[in-house]
Amino acid sequence: MQLIPCPWCGPREEVEFHYGGQAHVAYPAESAALSDEEWAKFVFFRDNPRGPFAERWSHAAGCRRWFNAVRDTRSYELLAVYRPDQERPVTT
Amino acid sequence: MTADFRLPRGGRIDRDSALRFTFNGLSLTGRQGDTLASALLANGVHQVTTSIKYGRPRGIMAAGVEEPNALVQVAEPFAEPMLTATTVELYDGLVADGLVGHGRLTDEPDPARYDSKHAHCDVVVVGAGPAGLAAALTAARSGARVVLVDDQNEAGGSLLGTDDYLDDRPSDAWVRDVVAELDATPDVLLLNRTAAFGAYQDGFVLALQRRTDHLGFDAPRHIARHRIWRIRAKQTVIATGAHERPIVFGDNDRPGIMLAGAARTYLHRYGVQVGRRVGVFTTNDSAYVAAIELAEAGVDVPVLIDARHDVPPKLGAECAARGIDVYAGHVVTGTEGRDHLTDVHIGSLTGWHADTVVCDTLLVSGGWNPAVHLFSQLGGALRYAPGLGAYVPGERLPTARAAGSAAGAFEVTTCIEQGAGAGRDAARAAGFSPGVEVAVPVADARAEETPSAVLWSVPGEPNGVFGAEYVPNAPFGSVPDDARFVDLQRDATVSDVLRATGAGLSSLEHVKRYTTIGTAHDQGKTSGLLAAGIVADALGEDLADRRPTTFRPPYTSVPFAALGGRDRGELYDPVRVTALHDWHVAHGAEFEDVGQWKRSRHYPRQGEDMHAAVLRECRAAREGVALMDASTLGKIDVQGPDAAELLDMLYTNMMSTLKVGRIRYGVMCGIDGMVIDDGTVIRLTEDRFLLTTTTGNAAMVLDWVEEWLQTEWPHLRVFATSVTEHWVTVPLVGPRSREVLATLAPDLDVSNDAFGFMTWQDGTVAGIPARVCRISFSGELAYEINVNAWHGLALWEALIEAGEPYGITPYGTETMHVLRAEKGYPIVGQDTDGTVTPQDLGMSWAVSKKKADFIGKRSFARPENLRPDRKHLVGLLPADPTVLLPEGGQIIESDHLPEPPVQCLSPHSPAGLNRAHRVVAQPPVRMLGHVTSSYDSAALGRTFALAVLRSGRERIGEKLYVPIGDQLAAVTVTETVLYDKEGARRDG
Ligand SMILES: [Zn+2]
Repeated sequence: MQLIPCPWCGPREEVEFHYGGQAHVAYPAESAALSDEEWAKFVFFRDNPRGPFAERWSHAAGCRRWFNAVRDTRSYELLAVYRPDQERPVTT
Repeated sequence: MTADFRLPRGGRIDRDSALRFTFNGLSLTGRQGDTLASALLANGVHQVTTSIKYGRPRGIMAAGVEEPNALVQVAEPFAEPMLTATTVELYDGLVADGLVGHGRLTDEPDPARYDSKHAHCDVVVVGAGPAGLAAALTAARSGARVVLVDDQNEAGGSLLGTDDYLDDRPSDAWVRDVVAELDATPDVLLLNRTAAFGAYQDGFVLALQRRTDHLGFDAPRHIARHRIWRIRAKQTVIATGAHERPIVFGDNDRPGIMLAGAARTYLHRYGVQVGRRVGVFTTNDSAYVAAIELAEAGVDVPVLIDARHDVPPKLGAECAARGIDVYAGHVVTGTEGRDHLTDVHIGSLTGWHADTVVCDTLLVSGGWNPAVHLFSQLGGALRYAPGLGAYVPGERLPTARAAGSAAGAFEVTTCIEQGAGAGRDAARAAGFSPGVEVAVPVADARAEETPSAVLWSVPGEPNGVFGAEYVPNAPFGSVPDDARFVDLQRDATVSDVLRATGAGLSSLEHVKRYTTIGTAHDQGKTSGLLAAGIVADALGEDLADRRPTTFRPPYTSVPFAALGGRDRGELYDPVRVTALHDWHVAHGAEFEDVGQWKRSRHYPRQGEDMHAAVLRECRAAREGVALMDASTLGKIDVQGPDAAELLDMLYTNMMSTLKVGRIRYGVMCGIDGMVIDDGTVIRLTEDRFLLTTTTGNAAMVLDWVEEWLQTEWPHLRVFATSVTEHWVTVPLVGPRSREVLATLAPDLDVSNDAFGFMTWQDGTVAGIPARVCRISFSGELAYEINVNAWHGLALWEALIEAGEPYGITPYGTETMHVLRAEKGYPIVGQDTDGTVTPQDLGMSWAVSKKKADFIGKRSFARPENLRPDRKHLVGLLPADPTVLLPEGGQIIESDHLPEPPVQCLSPHSPAGLNRAHRVVAQPPVRMLGHVTSSYDSAALGRTFALAVLRSGRERIGEKLYVPIGDQLAAVTVTETVLYDKEGARRDG
């Protein structure tokens, strides 16, 4: 079981967290202006890279706050955690 | 037939003790310190069971967790299946039987307790053999917090199975010193009888501690029998030792054939000689030591068969001096015996020499496999070491390192050196400077002289080559066509492996699944590498070029009871009860589980079944007055200047236009436009709302609100708080409810003009501050009374008393369901399943057309959601008004059920949509939808149902069918509202 560093609480066990899928997929400002295809892409399609991936996590059984994390999907290593309002940090 | 095989001296057993036990019905005696296996061997019992497939007698082959054969079922003191005799510590009164492959779970409840404990440390060391002890002591001396786990009842590891001296003292003196220093060091935890079975990321190690098993009947009940240690360490040292590898030859499975190192362990640790006349078959020097030590103990050792052509000179001379004939360049080609070994056939690898030696025991050593399981579990790459014929850790990991035999070192001083180095490096990596060095003692163990040879399987044809005639000794079962066993527990042979490669399989993972090798309780500890080697030879490949199988947790078996720990029975999941729960219990309520809540389902009176009770409760609600406990409804207090803006996005309805004092029903959808919850929204002030959710979705909806607030619209100034348990909520329902409320709330004008439908007022009810809402989930005049939960019981009892003249009746969730279904009100999660839009439910009226956007809106315009053949919520009336349709029942057009197999066409398949195509000999049955709610109605005097039905609203009036078993119930499709269609009753 991994330790996940909550930006607010520090490292906590994985079971306290809830996964929220790909980060930086903003709710479209003008949903009505999107074509059916564009809208379906927003609703149903997410990236699934092999390697660093920016994801949303929620410390559901802790401070109940959301944050973003860059996680390497090969090693599960969390390369960075950051607040939802921050830019994705550069990771190596 | 038993005899005494206990030697007069030696062993770490208490010779003054006498533990009586029963095995396979035989009354036997062992000593304190024995395992079941050592006690059996001390009594001359080798055979433990018969094999799973061929019924061949099988005995004790090892002395530890790698045992593939000696499976037992413990009967007393508590039934437990699938244990190995080599790991069961003997206690007085033990009753056990050999197990043929499959264990039998008892149907008795397990009276023992199980728990788990967290441990945090800088360095965790797995294994308290020479390497692990040195690692733990070195790390401890540096000041690191150390946890040392070991699966045996005492520290020492491989030293327990030798008579080696360290620094001119028996090795146990060295062990005692190290343990004493560890015990005296603060922040060091040494756990015996604790098997690390899993190593995971971020230094997480799981270990199973068997705390009271060895106490048998004397195990105190208040101590948890097993404990799962959840260890979190900065650094992990893997000092798990090595397992001896057997060699495959004809009839290599007879009782009496065992690993050479195991025989040493039985000799030195338990004072047991494993046989009277013992042969040895080896590919390496270590078994020479076994032969010499047994001979020294007075055992007749006639032969040592060495597959190598070069005999180690000193060890060879020692053997010769003890009368052991060493046959170099020879192999064992077969064996004889029925329930015990009697003869060993040997043959020269190069010449034509063959012979037969009378032996009751044959010790085998094909080399040693480092126990790299935990290292591999951590993702560490393994490297094939050709000199060992085994895998060793093949890379450096940042937070884990192997030491000693687990890293491929087999001399005790090397193990201690490596352990000390690993302990120092681990502590340093965890931030500690090295302390006083651990001195490496001088060992007297015989050194290795000649390199090991690698031999997986004795070459030759199966069955009878070298003149060894195979006599099937199976009392039952089928006879194998090959008796060269690779995996003894799975009864899998060399021929099985070759069948797999012959069928074109080359990946070991595939061969493993094809042959089942390595999938038994022992997970291939003795068989896995043999299979790998045989496969590589068959394919003409080098093991070094092949990928090893992946080791996965658990390393050894872990009882589910231990994993469950305290999380069972009452503690499995929290039970939530309302403030009125005790009243419901006292008044005979039957309960149902809704999520974690206990909700009153109905209140049967004497002699009533649920059906009768629900009809009575429904009648009271429709004709008089009734009340229920709806406190479990989720309640969320939403506050802030932007609360209305947020709710406009979360609900399909417009909430910002709701006036203070008013209530609106609302629907929430996901971004895909599917209904996720519904409830009411009441506006308390301009910037404060109270939301209700369905009972089961309360947490989900709060999470949903938080997710949007935190991740999408953090600029909105809104706070959301769960207040579910702050309130007791009591709907007072029925045409007489107004009179009852008026009695108790003289300061409230409860008339329809002053207190209209979908409004709320604060007031005093029965002297209690209350918020009263005109909400109806039944279609009847109703007041939902909310009070502080502390006053809930007072309110409830006052209502019961005030309603008494009107025959007030408490009702449960079943009646609530009937009442709401009669009105066609859907329940999210029962009548919907995540594929249902508000439009499908006939709730377009709850979907705002004015709002620019809200969650789900754009998806309503997706072509899929505009299909005319979507499933709509409809009512169903069975032709026979006494037939109760099964919820989940499928709806079909056909008036007869075709014989199975029934061809099912999806309505999306092009042919399926064309009616003309359906006229075929075997007509396919289209599933048009299914029944979601089904009840018997007192008000309607008949049964009815709600259902989701393809193009349902266009099918109203159609006759369709619902299969019930092998019968078909005819139904008529109707609108959803079946009672009081004009809504005349809600205002009283
Ligand atoms: Zn947190």
